[in-house]
Order: sequence, then C-alpha cells, then structure tokens
Amino acid sequence: MEKRELTCIGCPMGCQITVELDGKEVKSVQGNSCAIGDKYARNEVVNPERTVTSTVVVLKGDKTRVSVKTKNNIPKSKIFDCMKEIDAVRIEAPVKIGDVIIENVCNTGVDVVATRNIELCEATK
Amino acid sequence: MKAYDIVVIGGGPAGLAAAVSARKSGVKDILVLERDKELGGILNQCIHNGFGLHTFKEELTGPEYAYRFMEQLYEEKIPYKLNTMVMDISKDKIVTAMNREDGVFQIKAKAIILAMGCRERPKGALNIPGYRPAGIYSAGTAQRLVNIEGYMPGKEIVILGSGDIGLIMARRMTLEGAKVKVVAELMPYSGGLKRNIVQCLDDFNIPLKLSHTVVDIEGKERVEAVTIAKVDKTGKPIKGTEERYTCDTLLLSCGLIPENELSRNAGVEMNLVTNGPKVNESLETNIEGIFACGNVLHVHDLVDYVSEEAKKAGESAAKYVKDEQVESDESKTIEIVATDGVRYTVPSTLNVDRMEDMLTVRFRVGAVYKGKYVSVYLDGERIMHNKKKIMAPGEMEQVILIKNKLKEQDNLKTITVKIEEN
Amino acid sequence: MRDVVIIGAGVTGSAVARELSKYDLDVCVLEKEEDVCCGTSKANSAIVHAGFDAKAGSLMAKLNVRGNEMMDELSKDLDIPFKRNGSLVVCIHEETKEGLKDLYNRGIENNVKGLKIIDKEELRKLEPNISDNAVAALYAPTGGIICPFELNIAMAENANENGVEFYFNTQVEKIYADEDGIYHIKTNNGEYKTRYVVNAAGVYADVIHNMVSEKKIKITPRRGDYCLLDKEVGGHVSHTIFPQPTALGKGVLVSPTIHGNLIVGPTAVDIEDKEGVNTMADGISDLISKANDHVKNLPMKKVITSFAGLRAHEDNHEFIIKEVEDSPNFIDCAGIESPGLTSSPAIGEMVGNIFKEKLNLKEKENWKKTRRGILNPSALSIEERNELIKKQPAYGNIICRCESISEGEIIDAIHRPLGARSLDGVKRRTRAGMGRCQAGFCSPKTMEIINRELGLSYEKITKCGGKSNIVLGRTKGEK
Repeated sequence: MEKRELTCIGCPMGCQITVELDGKEVKSVQGNSCAIGDKYARNEVVNPERTVTSTVVVLKGDKTRVSVKTKNNIPKSKIFDCMKEIDAVRIEAPVKIGDVIIENVCNTGVDVVATRNIELCEATK
Repeated sequence: MKAYDIVVIGGGPAGLAAAVSARKSGVKDILVLERDKELGGILNQCIHNGFGLHTFKEELTGPEYAYRFMEQLYEEKIPYKLNTMVMDISKDKIVTAMNREDGVFQIKAKAIILAMGCRERPKGALNIPGYRPAGIYSAGTAQRLVNIEGYMPGKEIVILGSGDIGLIMARRMTLEGAKVKVVAELMPYSGGLKRNIVQCLDDFNIPLKLSHTVVDIEGKERVEAVTIAKVDKTGKPIKGTEERYTCDTLLLSCGLIPENELSRNAGVEMNLVTNGPKVNESLETNIEGIFACGNVLHVHDLVDYVSEEAKKAGESAAKYVKDEQVESDESKTIEIVATDGVRYTVPSTLNVDRMEDMLTVRFRVGAVYKGKYVSVYLDGERIMHNKKKIMAPGEMEQVILIKNKLKEQDNLKTITVKIEEN
Repeated sequence: MRDVVIIGAGVTGSAVARELSKYDLDVCVLEKEEDVCCGTSKANSAIVHAGFDAKAGSLMAKLNVRGNEMMDELSKDLDIPFKRNGSLVVCIHEETKEGLKDLYNRGIENNVKGLKIIDKEELRKLEPNISDNAVAALYAPTGGIICPFELNIAMAENANENGVEFYFNTQVEKIYADEDGIYHIKTNNGEYKTRYVVNAAGVYADVIHNMVSEKKIKITPRRGDYCLLDKEVGGHVSHTIFPQPTALGKGVLVSPTIHGNLIVGPTAVDIEDKEGVNTMADGISDLISKANDHVKNLPMKKVITSFAGLRAHEDNHEFIIKEVEDSPNFIDCAGIESPGLTSSPAIGEMVGNIFKEKLNLKEKENWKKTRRGILNPSALSIEERNELIKKQPAYGNIICRCESISEGEIIDAIHRPLGARSLDGVKRRTRAGMGRCQAGFCSPKTMEIINRELGLSYEKITKCGGKSNIVLGRTKGEK
C-alpha cells in the first residue's frame, strides 16, 4: 500500500489530503473538506489534470493579446503541447468572451476559449 | 458643481460590486470613476483561473469574473467615467477628478465608496543591496507586460517573495518559455495560497526556498545575476549560505499596500496594521458617508470576499443616502480587539443597533498556526472557540457575530478575537 | 574643427557649456552615457551648501559661496525649483560643542551670510524631531535644496538652445595634440578635432587628464548610499540636518528634498570601480543608525528607494580647475565632489573667465538667458488647467499616479531640446516613476508614449541606454 500526500487545488482552501493507493487503485481519501477534494485526489494520483490559461495573438484589435483558457482540464502531461498550439494561433478582432479559439486542443477533446472581449481597433473600424 | 448620491472611486472588482449593490438597494444616482482605460481593475491582467468559486460556484479567470460584474453595471445602466484620475477627496465629500475630455471637474457626493485597490510594495522599500539595472520588476508590472501588452520582461528569472502574484507569474513565465530558476521567500512560510505552490511551482519543478532573501543584484545595465542567502530568525542573511543564480530578471512579489493617499488627505482615519481605513460594521470610515471596501480597506486573498464586502459597502452607502441608517447613540460603539496572533479585524468597531443579524468579521493571523483555536470574547466571556486545522498569514480568516448574542450581553464594551492554544 | 570640446554632460560640463554658449564659439559636449546627468550629478544629496564647511581660502570655499549666491537668479532663469530651507549642523555631545564655533569661524572667513549658533531650545523650536541629545547647532539660513536632475538638465538644455551640440553614447578613448596644438579626440563615434578641451568627466576626470599629461592625478570614487523616503513623511524635518563633519566628509544628513520627500545619506566608502553604484547592506544599516543619532523617530519604514552615488574624490580634497601645465589649452575641472552641485554655476563662470583670458571672446547678441521648464500643471488654477487641457488633452491624462504626472508633461520631456529617450530620461525630467510605487504602474504607460512619440519599438526602449532594455522580446515568438 502506497500513501500519497497532496495539497488540494480545487479551491483556495488548499486542504492537505492523504490518499492510500494500491497500485492504480485508490483505497482511501482523507483530509479533504468537500467532494471537490475527493475528486481531485482520486484524479491527481492516476491522471493529473490542469486548466491552462494563456494569451493568443490578436490582429486588428484594440489590444494585441486576448486571454484564453482551456474550457476544461486537460492532462497535465499535455500542458506544453497545448501551449505550442496556443502560441501558433493568430486571430482577428473582434473577439467575444467564450469564442472558441482552438477546437479540441491536442486531441484532448477540450476547446480553448477566449476569456475576454477584444474590440476592433479604431484605425481598422 | 455636479452632484451625485454616490460616487464610487475605482472600477475594479470592489467598485463594480459596490455600485451594483447600491443601485439594487434603490439608489439611482451613482457614478463610478476609473483611472484605467477599461473597467475591471487588476482582474484584467489576472488571466489565470481560480476566481469565483464562492460567488458563482464555478471557476473563472480574472477577466471573466470582472466581466460578470461589468455586465451587471451595464444592465443597471450605471454611469462610469474611464481614464479619469481622482485627484482629491475632501472631508465634505467633494471629489476632484480629471480626464482628457472634461478637464478638471468637481462633484459633490452624498456618499463616497472608496474602492481604489492596492499597489505592490516597491523594490526600493526592500532595501535590496546591489545595482539598480533594468530587469527588476514587481510581479504585477511583469504580469501586465506579459498578459496585456504581450512582451517578455525576461527569459531567465529569479523571484523574490512567494505572494500569489509571484507564484502565478512563475508559472506564467514558464509557460511562455522562460526559465524560472528559484523563488526565494524571506519568511519561513509562503505568503501565497497553497494551491498556487502546487500548481505554479511544484508542477514545473521550480524550487521554493523559504527563509531566503536576495543579498546581491549584479549587472550594471541589465540584471546579470542574483545572489540569495538563507536568513536567521531575525531575517538577517547567514554568511556562507549564498547561492548565485545567473539570470536577466528579478521579479518581486513582496506584499501589497492599500492605496490610501486620497483617503488620508480626506482625513480618513487609518488602521496602522492594514494600512487601510478604520471602519465600523457598515464599512463606514470615521467620516460620515465615506465607506471603503476591497483591497483599499485591507488586502484580500480572494476576490470573492472582495465582492461580498463591496456588496455590503454598497448597501450601507445606500442606507446612508436614503437616510435609513438606524438611529443610534455613538456611545454604543463597541471596539473589536485583535490580539494574540490575530493581527487585525475588519471591521474594527461595531454598533449592535446598526448591525445586521449576522456580521462577518475578517482577519489575518501573524504566523502559521496548526490545530489552534480561534476564540471570540464578549468582554470577559468566551462565546466562540473554533479549532482550525491550519491558519496562515497568506490566507484570510473570519468569524461571524450574531446580533442576538451581542444584545444579550449587558453593557458590552469590547469584543476580542484571538488565537488560543487550547 | 571645434573651438571647444567639453567631455562630460554632468552638472559641471553642462554649467561650462551654458557659460561658453554666451560667446561666439563652436562648442560641443561629448557624453559616454545616453543622456545628461548620468554620473555623480544624478545621485547626491541635492543640497545647495551654505559654504561654511570648505577650508578657508580654498577654491572649494570660494566657488561654493559664489555658486550659492548665484542660485536664486539661476533657478529663476532656468525655471527650476529652489528653496533656501536653511541648514543645521547639530552637535550631540557637550564635549564637541567647540567644533561648532570652529565651523562658524570658518564660515565667517568664507563669507557665508547669516550664520548663527543656536542653543537647544531654539533648535527644538526649529526642528521638533531633533534628537533629544542635541545640545546646540550651527544655523546657516542660506543653505538650500534643489533638484540635481533639473539643474543639470536645465543648464544643458539652455546651452543647447544657444547652439552647443551634445553627442551622447560617445566615449572618449584617446586624446592627443598634433604639432599645431590641435587636439584629436578619438571616440567610439569617430574623431573630434578641437582647439580647446574642457575635462568635466567626473569620476573619470583622472583618466581623461592622464591621457594628455605626464603629471598624473588620481580620482577615487567615494561611494555613498542613500535612502529616499515617501512624501508622506517629507516634513519630518524642515531644515537640512548635518552631523558635525569628520575627516571623511560632512556625514549623514537628513533633509527634505525640493519635491517633498525626505532624503537620508550618504555613507562614505572609497572604492576602485568607477561604475560601482551598488548599494551595500551594511551601508544602509549604517546610514539608518547614524541618521538616528541626530533625528529622532525617523520613519525608515517609509523608504521608497535606496541608491548609491559616487563622489569624484581627489586626494587633496580640492577642486582642480585650471589649464593642465604640460598640455596647453586643456582645462581640467577635476575633483568636483561635494559641494560640486552648489558650485557648478560658479565653476562655469570660472572656466568662462579662463577662456576670456585666453581668447578675445565675443558675446552673442541673441544669447538666450532663460529656459522654459516643463510645465507643472498642479501649480495652475483649475481654470488655467482646463484651458490647457482643452488645447492639449494629454495634460488631462495622468500617467504617473504617485507624482501626478500627465501625458502632456512626458510628451514635452521627450520633444524638448535634448529630450528624453529612456524611462530614466523621462523620470529625471518629469518625476514620472520617482514616486512611492517606483514606476510599477507607469512604466508600461511611459513605454507606450515613448514608442508612439519616438517610433522606438518596445524592444528598443531602455531604462537608461546601453543594454538596459526593459523587455526582451514579444510573447508567442511574434516579431
């Protein structure tokens, strides 16, 4: 039996969680304060996932970058591959919050979406 | 001179929530003044997720969280002025402001809500020895350069201070292809949230060195190397523990300071611990009709609490404007004393007649406490004794006071909040 | 070929340039940095000394008192702030009280006006925050405070408006005289030929001097650490408070600055490195303890920045302002340490007189004595300010929150003669970025303005020239 100590990242409380593992099978989860913690811990020991947030180049916008996020978590191991795709994208203004910027990033089934609005810049209006 | 019922100084998360709540409490005539070119304040550059779990029960990024409140402001058709700098607030609530279109103008306000936020502790205040080349930035300045402007402040980075912005920037710079070599923290504990240490440092194998500080900055034009050393219990560097890191950038994340120059000039009384105004149960300062909320009042860990507090400030200001404040005798003011590990409380006074049925009192502790108790005393009598698994200076704590319980206490003079061993 | 080449655009070189700009001469200034005021002139106590300190009969004493006298008119002509806040040399030991008398006598000999020894009661009335140990003080009402950047910049601008050319990023590598006595000055930016040379190279004055003379001199950089405190506590003292002087200099002073901060410093450490402006941990702690000897309750928590400056110390602690013996037509201004800032206009005058003796100088008819400073909108009434904003809306846009500096002032700083090209250049001309947040908020905004006004890409914008770039490229690999 293996014991793993985790800090929950489900919310800012940061509960200290102890997970008991038998191979890949989770035997127990302790120390969490809520269901999010339980889910996080079970996931984290076998298939850790993260949300990636970054920016994407915008052309003709009133700003040159738009903030984006993966709409859901993606496997932690794919963070840098995901960043490669994000870095390569060029989109044109206007951008609306929630617009899909990249579909199915790195074949994860998760979209990258805009997290803010970008207007057309004055000069191109 | 133009007149408004309520003028809100600042269009960040606090100002937006305060304005919306004042409107929902029935005040029509509200104006928000914002110095930046857009609403949303610092959240616009906080593009990471982790905002809004309490308020919206979902995890949002900073810009998304801000947008939720901006939408409410637009829906309520609350007027606001961008690119507008407030130059002065007088104690009789005349606001002097300036922008390109209107020039310098003055507004008479019935009530003012202070929501100016905070700024980062500058490098100068840290007395770091060494040169003063380019490449030394506060973490927030770097965040703006990267996330809004799209520029890399540097490629090889050392971070001093483990405040949340520093931790977030460690990950952010790493994702953008920079190498973050180390995060040094003067204190024996981190100033940031635990989750940020996991997902911003541990995930990327960035070492966090507690009880370390910067003892030298090299480079005459641009930073070339930074030396850190371990510190003793008094914070003094220990000779022989120096480690030199070649780098081109030093980011500083060493605390935030509420921006209260306007408040001070208006004659608002300050709390020396928070560097924010002293407020009562209504979040009203010593000047009648001037309220405060958000990071200008005390530095928060979570924006959700800022919104909650701002909502309350908006409601209180509305009550004041509509003359609905409960009549009460000033002599009934009760002091809330923070002691034994509790650094401060917000509010720091209360009036039982004027408080709601329940009052949230927020505070921070001065050290890391494990398995200790938060206790509340009404004069000599202990009415609350809650065991906490862990409390740390980086995170805000709270206790809730019940009006009926306070009322039962005859001749109540002081409420004490403290940490107890058992 | 030039008539005169001045080496160094610090306060000395700029004062000389302004003085020589009065005459029909072809003058230029060579400066190794990207701007004026980048060496000793930028990091000092910002004090206009009364003149009681220098040895009686010395050149230092003479030029200090003369420079002090000139400052009222000069500051008006150049449109820069100057205030005679008065200096106090505070004695904290009954045993050393006699020293005040010596200083007083020296001051009288140096022709310093208004000196007075005051007892502790009077001292306490003048300065409620003076140390409880204070027993008496020498009061010098002519002591003053000034902004060293503005003095330096204003003299250079004025010289430039009167025809003196400035070449920046131009470092002198070699100087020799040909058989006709013409000086050839080799720099990284080509060669300059000139009949006369003025050496105003600050801590490098020895290097420049030694290029042409067998009689070597040595300038030792004497480093001084300073702390600058928030304006909130700028009124902690109202006079410039000195300890009694020692062999190493005037000691650690506490003074308000002309812009309302409080300055504490300097320490004094002789070093080798002429660019060694790194602060030292023990220097700053030393500073704090020394300052506390004379002023009580110093709010050191309100420090907004600490920095170090280098004084150009010459072994004999005397100004060397004269033609070099074995190198005719080569004039040294060397060893210009404190009270160099105060003395600078008098040094200019003296060098002018040297030239008058050598040449039949003809005054320009159209010499412009005055210079318009950068407008200070906060000195205007609301009506005047609104009039200004209507014409130039940029004056309605605040860029630096801490010092309340508008876009209009920054644009002016960029486009005026010898305009700013870096963040520090903007800072020294307008104070944008000099406040309590130390440029955290305004740096990106100032960069935007520099980018727009000078067409300089973000990647090329520097803090202070050279390789001091602010950003190292774009994100996303964008070009």
